[in-house]
Amino acid sequence: MTVQNKTAELNTDTVTNILVVGVGGQGVMTAADVLSQAALALGYDVKKTEVAGMAQRGGVVTSHVRFGKKVLSPSIKPGDADMMIGFEPAEALRWHSHLKPGAVVMVNDYPLIPPVVSIGLFDYPEDPLGQLANSTVELHRFNAGEAAIELGDRRLVNSIMLGAIADHLPFPPETLEEALLNRFQHKGESLVELNRQAFALGRQAFNQIDELETV
Amino acid sequence: MSAIQPIQQNQRQFISGNEAVAQAARDAGCSVASAYPGTPSTEILEFIAAYPNIYSEWSINEKVSLEVAIGASLAGSRSLCAMKHVGVNVASDALMTQTLIGAVGGLVLVVADDVGLSSSQNEQDSRYWGRFAHLPILEPSDAQETYEMTRLAFDLSEQYEVPVIVRLTTRICHVKGVVTCSPAESYEPKGFTKDPSRFVMVPGNAKKRIPLMMARDQTLRQVSETHSLNHVESGSDQTIGFVTSGAAYYHVKEAYPDAPIFKLGFSHPAPIEKIREFSATVDKLVVVEEVEPLLETELRAAGVSVYGKDILPRIGELAPHVLTPCIDKLLGKTCKGELIPVDELFPRPPTLCVACPHLGIYYCLSHIKNTIIAGDIGCYTLGAGHPWNALDTTISMGASLSVAMGIDKGRSAADENKNVLAVIGDSTFMHMGMQGLLDITYNKGNVTVLLLDNRAVGMTGGQNAPSSGLDLHGEATMQVDFRKLCEALGVKPERIHEVNPYELPTLFKALRSETKIKEPSVIITNQPCVLTERYSQLPPLKVDDDKCTGCSNCLDVGCPAILVTRRETVIKPNGKEKELSFVNIDTAACTGCDLCTNTCAPDAIIPAFNVENINAVEVK
Repeated sequence: MTVQNKTAELNTDTVTNILVVGVGGQGVMTAADVLSQAALALGYDVKKTEVAGMAQRGGVVTSHVRFGKKVLSPSIKPGDADMMIGFEPAEALRWHSHLKPGAVVMVNDYPLIPPVVSIGLFDYPEDPLGQLANSTVELHRFNAGEAAIELGDRRLVNSIMLGAIADHLPFPPETLEEALLNRFQHKGESLVELNRQAFALGRQAFNQIDELETV
Repeated sequence: MSAIQPIQQNQRQFISGNEAVAQAARDAGCSVASAYPGTPSTEILEFIAAYPNIYSEWSINEKVSLEVAIGASLAGSRSLCAMKHVGVNVASDALMTQTLIGAVGGLVLVVADDVGLSSSQNEQDSRYWGRFAHLPILEPSDAQETYEMTRLAFDLSEQYEVPVIVRLTTRICHVKGVVTCSPAESYEPKGFTKDPSRFVMVPGNAKKRIPLMMARDQTLRQVSETHSLNHVESGSDQTIGFVTSGAAYYHVKEAYPDAPIFKLGFSHPAPIEKIREFSATVDKLVVVEEVEPLLETELRAAGVSVYGKDILPRIGELAPHVLTPCIDKLLGKTCKGELIPVDELFPRPPTLCVACPHLGIYYCLSHIKNTIIAGDIGCYTLGAGHPWNALDTTISMGASLSVAMGIDKGRSAADENKNVLAVIGDSTFMHMGMQGLLDITYNKGNVTVLLLDNRAVGMTGGQNAPSSGLDLHGEATMQVDFRKLCEALGVKPERIHEVNPYELPTLFKALRSETKIKEPSVIITNQPCVLTERYSQLPPLKVDDDKCTGCSNCLDVGCPAILVTRRETVIKPNGKEKELSFVNIDTAACTGCDLCTNTCAPDAIIPAFNVENINAVEVK
């Protein structure tokens, strides 16, 4: 069944556009790479591009992942993103205009306050996700940052967020999980297991929150 | 790095343009590769370093790097040199004469332009070097083409005895795409053959080489006119056609899928006649080239009627959403589609790292009055930003010292008592800064130099340099002794101070004493970049809420781990308002460098965990 799905997708000219946004050091580029590897494994053409000037220095990092039968420009046009993984709420808001109406948006509701806000030069928006929630996109929010710290390592945010998007992709969630866990194979079984847990937590947590909100 | 894995031909790999260059060099039988790190080209040499058959090095600057590659080419081997756009400015002295000599073994210069200035001090178009130095330019549009064109560049270089420029942009270097390699070839180095009339560029010899270079231009133009890299891709709608190259090609195809396109891969010398023929097949022809209107100008001069920078922006990338409004306007169409409006958000500029050894330096510099501070290129350029605002100039690699010298000598009466400082990092000092120091000592300047030695090229990711004692491969090598070097460059031994940048009182003392003395002095910091393995973390800190008085002194350090929890405005006894900022420390990010503790009068910054607990954890 999986194979049939895959063939159907590849026979259309549809290109899937996923934005991954956040702050330098959060693992945005790694998450985008995992998404790309999963799509690549299924035979798609894939392009991934970043705007990551000085990415290690706490600046804005945005990764564009595009896959389909044939991908031309690596950049996702404003208004053209089908999905977004936001590692930080204000960063998710920053890229709002890149979203299509009805886009699926997964946001780690764990604000990171930059020094320019901390020293009082700028304000952090009171409810950055409010604007997203009131627009035409399908917003899912969850504090993955805190969950990652509870799991034992804040870097697990990455795997939680990939879990969050896993059920919304045009391919099975297992393909994404496999691409993710492949990255940790050489680092030992315990790290693989930890990331498997984080991935599962992401899938579940974002869904549970949805159910609560719709009730 | 995936590059370490064995090569499998016909395998679909997902790699960046930079890695594609590296694999092409490997498969072309390249023997020598050199570079100085610079965004967006840095990773090219990091990937090449994994290939045992290629000698690869971090050179000390781009001129040296190109000269190493030139030497290897003259020795009959294939060589590659990679740099960012501004690097070519440094290397151009060698380039402008090497073009007269040409190449023996294939000589490929990979230049990465930072279109859009994601991490550079300017935006310049390296295609000019093709015109200026009479060299052919290949412009790939994605990673697969980068692989193919880099391989082709070696062949062209040997066939026409000419160095070949492969021009990349950030949107090629850092974009990953699907790449399939072709079978590798082995290249037998030809050996060095003495040929002074060709290799020794004294006026008599050089004069004879110029006509040969001109003739080569003509030949290359003919090659370009018939080369398959320059071809027409037909389209169903002839109302508009495009001539385009590099990253812009895919942007055009994305935005106007039905338009005929003349795709340029061999972009200089341009196939003017072939483009003229193409122009006759479309109603309107637009040249889509990123940055400068080079091709556009050449086509206009040849009498081909085109649109170009008259309707397109001259700065930044020509992404689909940039192109569409410009082209639609030309076609008399109204732009469709409304975007979701977003309120203006706070900026998130890059910051210095938690516990960065530069933090202490900038804390001091922002507290010292009456100074003019010339800055340089590196992480420490961030000292120009908040909260320090401590740099007065930033121009080019190494400019801090020489510009400071000029400020010293050119000072007006109003600046008579100002202290002139230069701030430069270790790698930048060796790149092009030390000549400036020699100029200061030789010409009796009065400049205090802060040499921030963190033993790495921090801004590009912590690469090794002669200050690291490690080479590109991480193998041990000599380590430069800055004290001895500065002494050799003429600084008096007593005017050279080595300081720990985490010890604020020592720093302040050194700065105060050296700025008072009216002769050249150098203050060298001695703590490593926190991104490198040399750096060892200490137990993290926290803030004792009961003791924090909200004075905000610690915020002046600029450490990203210190966060404001609440603000309060109080009226002081003298009736003036005072803004208080109470803080906490992100303990998970803090590495215990203790800089902020130095600034905290009420001793509110304390270890996050008591020592017994830490020991308990370690024992377990």
